Amino acid sequence: MNVKVYSTQTCPYCHRVKDYLKSKNIPYQDFDVGTDSAAREEMVKLSGQMGVPVVTIDGNLVIGFDKEKIDSFLGL
Amino acid sequence: MEKIYDLLILGAGPAGITASVYAVRKQLDFLVISKDIGGQTAWSGDVENYTGYQFISGPELTSKFQQHMESFGTKVIMPEEVKGLKAQDKQIKVVTDKSEYISKTLIVATGKSPRALGVDGEKEFKNKGLTYCATCDGPLFKGKPVAIIGGGNSGLDAVLQMIKISPKIHIVNTASQLTGDPVMIEKVKKSAVTEIHNQARVTKIYGEKFVKGIEINQQGKTYNLEVEGVFVEIGLEPNADFASILTKNQKGEIEVDCSNQTNLGGVFAAGDVTNVPEKQIIIACGEGSKACLSAFKYLSRN
Repeated sequence: MNVKVYSTQTCPYCHRVKDYLKSKNIPYQDFDVGTDSAAREEMVKLSGQMGVPVVTIDGNLVIGFDKEKIDSFLGL
Repeated sequence: MEKIYDLLILGAGPAGITASVYAVRKQLDFLVISKDIGGQTAWSGDVENYTGYQFISGPELTSKFQQHMESFGTKVIMPEEVKGLKAQDKQIKVVTDKSEYISKTLIVATGKSPRALGVDGEKEFKNKGLTYCATCDGPLFKGKPVAIIGGGNSGLDAVLQMIKISPKIHIVNTASQLTGDPVMIEKVKKSAVTEIHNQARVTKIYGEKFVKGIEINQQGKTYNLEVEGVFVEIGLEPNADFASILTKNQKGEIEVDCSNQTNLGGVFAAGDVTNVPEKQIIIACGEGSKACLSAFKYLSRN
């Protein structure tokens, strides 16, 4: 499974998303959109918006820490 | 027959979570219903005034609260948003966007949320350049001109955060001067990238796919500011629209007495959603515990 998290260091819900994935033992790639401008552009293009966190799970998009959506895309 | 709980706790911020800890110790049959965990604490930066922790971040303190609550097996029903309350024959019915619950007692601990501007374009451009959480989204606007709406401490906090990464910061302030702490005002005024618009109101947010600017009205004169980011920091409002059967003060806060009792028997309220003086994490926790003990006393009498 390919999981990507687009986040900033200062955003509480980004930390919560990452903690949640860790608690479920799901490996993920973390992109700091505050410093990585290529990742920032990719996130805006993918999600059509500028709020963090954004999570993609095998290409499926989740905006914000939406546990129900994350669970359904992870098949939990 | 529908289940009747001893207690329903609305909200899982410091007040609601603390109430849940006491509810377990009093062996009440209860539920916690919330749209999130931690409330404003989850969004807070550094906390240096919560006794026992000389320093802890808001998100860390939130997970400590959550762990404490869950160690007793309490799980929050979420995300669920309360839509209305009905008082019926010594019982309270709570209607949410997903279900309905009946209980003998209730603690409203739904806290406060950032206040909206209420202007054209605000909803359309939310998360498309407009944000209510500078702490979260600030870094996304690196190298871009931004407007910060609000001249109080939270507005100035956002300004100071953006000073290092934004080439131009417009501060739009309704008062005749900035109202935050003098130390912050001094730093903001010293910066070469800030421009302060006093006695000014935002009247419109415009753009295409993303924000391109805002229209402001300064003492009758209307003009545009070209910005790509808009940070709204104009204070907080109580999350109590659903509680129309409860008495509130002019700020819309639920009125409680020193035992957290509202105007309705069996209905208690705690934390920032109430008229309690001073909104602090540690106060919300204390109020949550008090509200639960009051609910317990009410149950033993009725």
